[in-house]
Amino acid sequence: MSESIQLEYTVPGNDFTRAGEASADLKSTLKRLGLPAAEVRRIAIALYEGEINLAIHAGGGQIRVTVDDHQVEMILTDQGPGIPDIPKAMEEGYSTASAQVRSLGFGAGMGLPNMKRYTDEFDIQSTVGVGTTITMRVKIG
Amino acid sequence: MTISQVRDILNARLHTPDVDLERQVHAACGSDMMSDVLAYVKDQAVLLTGLNNPQVVRTAEMMDMVCIVVVRGKQPQEQIVAMAAQRGMAVLSTDLPMFSACGLLYQHGLRGGEMP
Repeated sequence: MSESIQLEYTVPGNDFTRAGEASADLKSTLKRLGLPAAEVRRIAIALYEGEINLAIHAGGGQIRVTVDDHQVEMILTDQGPGIPDIPKAMEEGYSTASAQVRSLGFGAGMGLPNMKRYTDEFDIQSTVGVGTTITMRVKIG
Repeated sequence: MTISQVRDILNARLHTPDVDLERQVHAACGSDMMSDVLAYVKDQAVLLTGLNNPQVVRTAEMMDMVCIVVVRGKQPQEQIVAMAAQRGMAVLSTDLPMFSACGLLYQHGLRGGEMP
């Protein structure tokens, strides 16, 4: 791969049926590009968690993915409510998800920790009332 | 263990008749919380869950899982079955509750995954 590849996705808010489509598409694209299966899985899981967060917490958002020879970078941006206490949000088991979201199988408080766990670099910037940007990178090879 | 053996051990119904039942299952995970499932990487795993919505298939897809077992006698949603079939994943359902279903598979040698 001599040039980097850019992919962009829009995640609709509060549409639980469609959440995961972007991650599924990225996963099959990366497989097609011949990236190693273990890395593809880590990338897919991390993005899927992020995509679910965009759908359930942020009212939707944007995903921008850059694939080059050395890494896959995923930038997730939203104009949602923001996260008041990021260290708290990063704790395993802490969740602000509604009972309805929990009944759908999410809100275990593992989303952000899983995103950090599966990626080599993880950064989160958030301003209450403005939105959140998450940057994740996974090294290839 | 094969998917076919999982079906027999759990006395389960098969909802995806076209899927290869001789595929090997190497590990298992039982949870209704999808992020808990996503926290443990497993190879060619089976997912046991009481959750009955499309995110079960999405989660299994991200994890490269080969089989979904819906426990507690629930009828899997048509959408789940269709999505899984499209991805070559098996969908089974059993009347057993979660604990008993997991226990039986464990007894027959299936184990959980590891934290990354």
